[in-house]
Amino acid sequence: MIETVIETLLEPFGYAFFVKGVVVATLAGALCGLVGVYVVLRGMSYIGHGLSHAIFGGFAASSVIGLNYVLGAGIWGFASALAINRVSRAHRIGADAAIGVITTASFALGVALLTVFGNRGPSFDAALFGSIIGISTADVWTLVAVSALTVAVVLTRYRALLFATFDPEVADVSGVRVARTDALLMLVLSLAILATLSIIGVTLVAATLVIPAVVARMLTHRFATMLCLSSAIGALCGLVGMNLSYHLDVPSGTTIVLTGATVFALVLMATGGRGLQRAPRAAVL
Amino acid sequence: MGTVNEPLVRLDSVELSYDGAPVLAGVDLTLRAGDFVGVVGPSGAGKTTLLRLALGTLCPTAGRIERARGLRVGYVPQLETVSWSFPVTVAECVLMVRSDRWLPWATRAERRAVTEVLDRLGIAHLADRHIRELSGGQQQRMFLARALLRDPQLLLLDEPTSGVDVATRHEMLHLLGHLHDDGMTILLTTHDLNGVAAHVPDLVAMNGTVLRRGAPADVMTPTVLEQTFGAPMDVLEHLGMPVVLDRKRHPRRPVVEAP
Repeated sequence: MIETVIETLLEPFGYAFFVKGVVVATLAGALCGLVGVYVVLRGMSYIGHGLSHAIFGGFAASSVIGLNYVLGAGIWGFASALAINRVSRAHRIGADAAIGVITTASFALGVALLTVFGNRGPSFDAALFGSIIGISTADVWTLVAVSALTVAVVLTRYRALLFATFDPEVADVSGVRVARTDALLMLVLSLAILATLSIIGVTLVAATLVIPAVVARMLTHRFATMLCLSSAIGALCGLVGMNLSYHLDVPSGTTIVLTGATVFALVLMATGGRGLQRAPRAAVL
Repeated sequence: MGTVNEPLVRLDSVELSYDGAPVLAGVDLTLRAGDFVGVVGPSGAGKTTLLRLALGTLCPTAGRIERARGLRVGYVPQLETVSWSFPVTVAECVLMVRSDRWLPWATRAERRAVTEVLDRLGIAHLADRHIRELSGGQQQRMFLARALLRDPQLLLLDEPTSGVDVATRHEMLHLLGHLHDDGMTILLTTHDLNGVAAHVPDLVAMNGTVLRRGAPADVMTPTVLEQTFGAPMDVLEHLGMPVVLDRKRHPRRPVVEAP
């Protein structure tokens, strides 16, 4: 009986595409978990959802003009993130409204372009919901490069990112170049969403940014520990979710997110949501 | 610390508007090394705006602001603006001002410096606590420690006496008095008229502009206070210090003569 279960669980590892998928999903989960800490602590949980939609617009535009879709969507996503950052920092409208306007307009443009000109890049469904079999070698290397860059940024700019996230005004007068630090974070966030889009999908990538970080926050009150825990939880959700995707035959993005949601519910029950109480913030970003 | 009387910050005919609505107009204010200034005024008088202009996070719509070259400023924000659920300990929060280093972890020298400044403010035993676990007074001390770790020439505090009880409020003002005695230049905003009258030697009354600057006895007068707050106030003298009474809270009782 146990042997049969183990055999069933190990069966997909005989397929090269699945092994590649598991590695990518685990790495993607860890990457989103790491970046998600900053997203959650800045009260910008909605930005993951918004940026993934904005990037979809870039994906469609690149497809139409025949540009490398990673490059095109990356530039588009970064420009959208900077626009959101700029608009919300001006305090004329809130970050949520800025995200809502800029990213949904970008998504709508993407859908319009693909409808009129047709799709010449990765499949529309794969971009929306993620796909286990849609992962190319280029996707793997893109993800590895983005993960390495993100870890390097988090390590070398750890203090500036922490200060600018906690208290941007005081950080600014204490010598942190907050605008530049924010832009760097937006770049990393855009790249992380772009690199994980093919496996998790536009519609679900926000959850992989938010859930691991929120779970980690319930388990620790130390920033460095939260970064490590969130990455580990993200990786675990990617690993388990990808296996479930194979066995249940549903899109990988869905199973990864549902695994995360289950972990969230369990930790919430165990801790009573410690650390998640709302508190006022000095600034939007 | 700067040489005594050396101007650290000078605001000259400064104006500031938000979306065309004037907040400050014709503000002239000079902060010299060794000053200990308390700014009082009603809510919306522009006290925090004045602080931010001195800090450099806001630019004036008109007028000029001069700061001493290479001025190091320590800033203590209002407690109400802090994200208390943020996952940092007291020591981590204090260390934030050393963000010029690229190392993620604190060096031995940095840990020693943090312990020293926390010890100086009497909260070294709370270094590993989460910031939300502190009392209001301890939270103020933590942010003061963070500001002091920069070895500032000028210390700016936004409402350091709000959100704490009377004893803690006086404790904080005493502490600032000691820092001033050690040569620190301090500018703070507050609603605690009697607290600053007792502890701060130089007061500024403002409401959109600077209405009066001087010693507590010169600023805490019924005329200046009514001009500043738009409400009549009584001022008594107790142990040589002015004590302000809000006439709405303490209405003058009719004198009843004994039969």
